[in-house]
Amino acid sequence: MNAFSVAAFNSGLTLATPEIFLGLAGCGILLLDLLIGDERRHWTAALSIAALLITAVLAAGVEVSGPVTALGGMFLVDAMSQALKVVALVIVAVVFVYSIEYMRHRGILKGEYFVLGLFATLGILVLISAASLVTVYLGLELLSLCLYAMVAFDRDSGRAAESAIKFFVLGSLASGTLLYGMSIIYGVTGSLELGTIAAAVQGGLATNIGLLFGIAFLIVAIGFKFGAVPFHMWIPDVYEGSPTCVTLFVGSAPKIAAFALAMRLLVDGLGGAHVDWGQMLVVLSVLSMAVGNVVAIAQTNLKRMLGYSTISHVGYILLGILAGTSQGYQSAMFYTITYVIVAAGSFGMILLLSRHGFEADRIEDFKGLNARSPWFAGMMAIFMFSLAGLPPFIGFWAKLGVIQAVLGINAVWLAVVAVLFSVVGAFYYLRVVKMMYFDEPVDAARIDGSPLMRAVLSANALLVLLLGIAPGALLVVCAHALP
Amino acid sequence: MMFETLLFFAFSAVLVGAAFGVILARNPVYSALLLVLCFFNSAVIWLMLDAEFLGIVLVLVYVGAVMVLFLFVVMMLDVNLEELRKGLAGYWPIAAVVAGLMVFAILDVVVVKHLGGVSLGAAPPLPADYSNTRVLGEALFTRYAYPAQIAAVILLVASIAAIVLTLRHRPGVKPQNVGEQVRVSAKDRVRLVKMAPEKRP
Amino acid sequence: MWTWEPIRVRLSSLITAYWADPVLTAVQILMVMIGVILVMAFYTLAERKIIGWMQSRRGPNRVNLFWVPGLGQPFADVVKLLFKEILVPGDANKVLFRVAPFLTMIPALAIWSVIPFAPQKAFANIDAGLLFILAMASLGVYGVILAGWAANSKYAFLGAMRSAAQIVAYEIAMGFAMVGVLMAAGSLNIGRIIESQHGGPLSWNWFWLFPLFVVYYIAGVAETNRAPFDVAEGESEIVAGFHVDYSGMAFALFFIAEYVNMILISALTVIFFFGGWLSPFDGYLPASSLLAQPGFFWFGLKTLVPMFGFLWLRATFPRYRYDQIMRLGWKALIPVTLVWLFVEGVLIYCHVGPWKGHI
Repeated sequence: MNAFSVAAFNSGLTLATPEIFLGLAGCGILLLDLLIGDERRHWTAALSIAALLITAVLAAGVEVSGPVTALGGMFLVDAMSQALKVVALVIVAVVFVYSIEYMRHRGILKGEYFVLGLFATLGILVLISAASLVTVYLGLELLSLCLYAMVAFDRDSGRAAESAIKFFVLGSLASGTLLYGMSIIYGVTGSLELGTIAAAVQGGLATNIGLLFGIAFLIVAIGFKFGAVPFHMWIPDVYEGSPTCVTLFVGSAPKIAAFALAMRLLVDGLGGAHVDWGQMLVVLSVLSMAVGNVVAIAQTNLKRMLGYSTISHVGYILLGILAGTSQGYQSAMFYTITYVIVAAGSFGMILLLSRHGFEADRIEDFKGLNARSPWFAGMMAIFMFSLAGLPPFIGFWAKLGVIQAVLGINAVWLAVVAVLFSVVGAFYYLRVVKMMYFDEPVDAARIDGSPLMRAVLSANALLVLLLGIAPGALLVVCAHALP
Repeated sequence: MMFETLLFFAFSAVLVGAAFGVILARNPVYSALLLVLCFFNSAVIWLMLDAEFLGIVLVLVYVGAVMVLFLFVVMMLDVNLEELRKGLAGYWPIAAVVAGLMVFAILDVVVVKHLGGVSLGAAPPLPADYSNTRVLGEALFTRYAYPAQIAAVILLVASIAAIVLTLRHRPGVKPQNVGEQVRVSAKDRVRLVKMAPEKRP
Repeated sequence: MWTWEPIRVRLSSLITAYWADPVLTAVQILMVMIGVILVMAFYTLAERKIIGWMQSRRGPNRVNLFWVPGLGQPFADVVKLLFKEILVPGDANKVLFRVAPFLTMIPALAIWSVIPFAPQKAFANIDAGLLFILAMASLGVYGVILAGWAANSKYAFLGAMRSAAQIVAYEIAMGFAMVGVLMAAGSLNIGRIIESQHGGPLSWNWFWLFPLFVVYYIAGVAETNRAPFDVAEGESEIVAGFHVDYSGMAFALFFIAEYVNMILISALTVIFFFGGWLSPFDGYLPASSLLAQPGFFWFGLKTLVPMFGFLWLRATFPRYRYDQIMRLGWKALIPVTLVWLFVEGVLIYCHVGPWKGHI
């Protein structure tokens, strides 16, 4: 614990401009929303999207030469945090664009959705920039609380309420586990700051049995927030039960937060104990890939299927982290970012097809989409191909990266398992594609959706294709973020 | 010193006993009351550690506000715990294993000496005019200003969430509009009519 | 050879360390308790007399003491209540029903331990005295809730629910008002809070913290479940609220606790906003003059004023409806305190007012 200096604290505030702006914008929009009538609620959405994009510009504009801690050692800015923040902010903005129409059709277009979304995003940013166990926990809790409320947002729906309660109870349990693990780690290392903890672990505590216990509890919490098997029970229920716009939110940006959580705790704080957590992650990773991919085959509900698909993808992200090399971390970050982009797009497609009184969340609802709209069938195909990991889509490079990373640590069997399950996984993604192109449409309604939503969704899909053809830029960003 | 150790063990014993009572009591109201007792004993233990602010705030916040609302809800719901408890006994082996693991883990840390963790050493003696409250306040407004702000946002989110999930505008109710009532003045309601006191002949 | 000697020495040192002083303290505690209870007893008489006069009646005038008509009334009441049987309803929760009156009484008396009656005259001069008061005051609600629940009666339960919601709501406003006081004093210690107000009536906190004083007093009336906030016992709706099933001394404990709390709120109002034991002539007369001396006299005299206020309010205002109580608490008092806390912060920051040199 170095001495506290007010001047240093104040100068550190400039590094936290994005967080400060987003927090103030959230409060401001909360107040402005009172003055906006129900008919003009889209203005709240527009303001929120604007706030997110301005924050993204601010986050990109923070000058970072190397990792800098600020605000009393609680806040860390480095290249990784900057890249993740920009991605998270843009993704949330896209999510908001997708959500507006859907919510209006269901009569739940309320300002609080956007305000809670903004604060959830603030939680993600705090978590990404956490340099202390305190801020890790607070960021995570801010994010989770917003998510619980958003899942229950459609309060007349019994399913939403049920899934919210499940999410809340399991989530609180995970938070409790996290705190317990943190308290043990604090007890062993005598510090809450990740830097000090890292030094203590390097200094010969890596084999300490108390530390091992702490790590085990942290892994449980991280596994839960990621949704890795065997802590995945909430994912299918929450994905299916909540309104699709919330599923979209839960399924996209919080994955970045989970990745940041894992990186900050395991790599930044406990990097010296990689042997221990690496082994634990192997179990989670293999189980997630297996359960996620196999169970997804049996699903008829597209949201549920994508839920299990998330679980399997989490397995691949964990593969990169457990490798413990910078190549592994880079590939995991690359995987997370690309997965989030693709997931936003695929849930966006469900939102696009849904209309008043019709959810479009069964796989059958996509039958014959090609006949109804060749353009959006093509977009959906891009997302599905990418999730399946086919070249030349972005998902291919992501999978390739993590498999290379595990090959880099000579874990050939892990690579074999990963490839095997991605082949299994390809089946259910391609089934959706088959239904779109080769089955007769069961539903002939015109596909509407605002021009903005169509444009953004198309851009999202084309980005997936473009990044797949030229992944270099994103790879460079990841390499720069985690040298 | 010895007397304080004795006191510590006495309060800890009550604390642990009350904690067991919380989960074993048949009546949920008793559970809640025993939890209050737990909070009290933890507060006393904190007081004995010179953390008087935390001790009193524990009583103030948890006993004075949170548990009152808990009791409120428990009394209103009239939960039948016997019903809920059915089949719970089958889980006790798992519970015992988990509890044992947690106790073991925390013991590990407490007995740092055996494990070689970083020992912070004994706390330095406190100066005579040491004020727990002041020190905590200074820490919260300087070094921990950022987490304190984030915690404030969390509380804001909690209240937004609570309101958005429960506030319903029921149609057909006639609430009083206090503003309107206050704005009413005599000349809107009362008409003064000048009349002669008696009929003129 | 093992002997008793070291243990005996140890024990006797313990006893002197922990028990010699306490004997004296216990006597003092007893004195204060008896004093408070006596004041309470005559306060009930004063209430009946004063409200009687306000309503053009005579009030109690049958039980004479020292040839003063009505002066013996409190003692007659006590004797009556002592001899009444304590009934426990058949379906009541026997344990909690009997414990509840004590849970109301104990916090009401415990707070007196940190009240300084005169300079340096408090049992416990603890650093966070203000917090202690808040914490203890928040415990009183348990007796009410448990009494209402344990009696297993609808009226009692309704009264308990009303009272719990009301106390929890007004505690917030009260706490915020106290925050204003501690900001002005820069300390949580009750003695320091009083000392920081020295310099005559215009330096007392009521002047600069007038909105907080008003909020504090109103919240205090609501906290004690007194008229016009007495929906918890509202005779016309739920008979007597949470203590409808109590009789004899069990009822008397609730009754005593209510009046002790009223005296307490009055004393705290004086301490927080009217300079406690400071003399009103302090700063106007030379410091050596008799009238400018701080002391119990001033404290007692000042406390009588808010005590009279309680009675005056009861005689004047009709009872609030329940939703109006909640509305007043949450939508009027709490915003007022928040705004004034902000104003006060600005004042302190700009060195306006008597609080110079805090930062």
